[in-house]
Amino acid sequence: MIAKLIMIAIGSAFINNVVLSQFLGICPFLGVSRKINTAAGMGGAVIFVITLASFVTGLIYKFLLVPFDISYLQTIVFILVIAALVQFVEMFLKKTMKGLYQALGVYLPLITTNCAVLGVALTNVQKDYTILEGVVNGFATAVGFFIAIVILAGLREKIEYNNIPRSFRGMPIVLLTACLMAIAFFGFSGLK
Amino acid sequence: MKKCFERLFNGLIKENPTFVLMLGMCPTLAVTTSAINGIGMGLTTTVVLIMSNIIISMLRKVIPDGVRIPAFIVVIASFVTIVELLLKAYIPTLYDALGLYIPLIVVNCIILGRAESYASKNGVIYSAFDGLGMGLGFTLGLTCIGLVRELIGNGSVFDIAVLPESYEPLTIFILAPGAFLVLAFLVAIMNKIKLAAGRDTGITGDCDKLCKACPNKLCGGRRYSEEETR
Repeated sequence: MIAKLIMIAIGSAFINNVVLSQFLGICPFLGVSRKINTAAGMGGAVIFVITLASFVTGLIYKFLLVPFDISYLQTIVFILVIAALVQFVEMFLKKTMKGLYQALGVYLPLITTNCAVLGVALTNVQKDYTILEGVVNGFATAVGFFIAIVILAGLREKIEYNNIPRSFRGMPIVLLTACLMAIAFFGFSGLK
Repeated sequence: MKKCFERLFNGLIKENPTFVLMLGMCPTLAVTTSAINGIGMGLTTTVVLIMSNIIISMLRKVIPDGVRIPAFIVVIASFVTIVELLLKAYIPTLYDALGLYIPLIVVNCIILGRAESYASKNGVIYSAFDGLGMGLGFTLGLTCIGLVRELIGNGSVFDIAVLPESYEPLTIFILAPGAFLVLAFLVAIMNKIKLAAGRDTGITGDCDKLCKACPNKLCGGRRYSEEETR
């Protein structure tokens, strides 16, 4: 049981890294990774939302969609649940936890269109995970996202000081950096 | 009529979603392991984009402003589900190849971005052409990337071997890192052309929270619309 959970966690955090090998959540990965602080904030918000979302969507799938035999509606239901959840979390944090809201708040509206959230919810269904396994998978996937975006932000802060050919400035050099990171993360596939 | 062609040109070249706006990067990188997959994904997205643009444009006076984003998402998600079921029934090979990325069309920023910035403000016919133009521009981008990756990584084009036997395929191009590499070089080539023409490279894909000036709408225009209402 525990061994299986650990396997799932390592698998989704490193071996099948959500950004670098599954290409989910590329938009925030490229867009909000200019500084380490903002990248960490985004990563934190993603961990928070994905863990919560995989729990809630897991419950809804098991106790609502399957019993009524309407699992073909999963995409519509999941995206609505995620959108509502993000709104709700934002309001909740604003009212109760001012500090956390200030750290994560600005990133929350960006997260609904982060395909990693919906991707994790759908993967949990596809792989037939139990709710606990689904939550562990969600948390580990989000940690993988956090690691990737913070590393990229660190590299980008250093790249700022380099003299890059003009046509490679901006997105191309970031994509090249991501390419090298993807190659590095390939090394983890030996862990299997 | 002239405006319809202008919309098509706008989507295909001027505001090409892949190379100029850098939107919808997840499917762009994930499914372009071959040219045929790129076309499949592009056309699937095009269908969803046209249909959702038409419906959202029709309903633009009915949907209250406060709940428009959730309403748009419901419309888009419904069409994605329909398309997913159709693909599963009639083109199972494509369905298997694209897998998880078909339901993920829902969160493709291009579709929500077009709904927010065009279809909710313009007439039905123009919105349909806007969707067609953007969709074809996206298909063009995916096919270009797919062609390069398939040619170098597998030595073939549209599953037909074109390079001689002696060519050793560089498999890394059809694996994950190759996607980033090919896109980096294609965007760099675009920048080079723009610089040679004396224009600024402009869009960098960064979110500086300057939503009004940002043409990228990474967030599907959500933050933008929030600032508008404030």
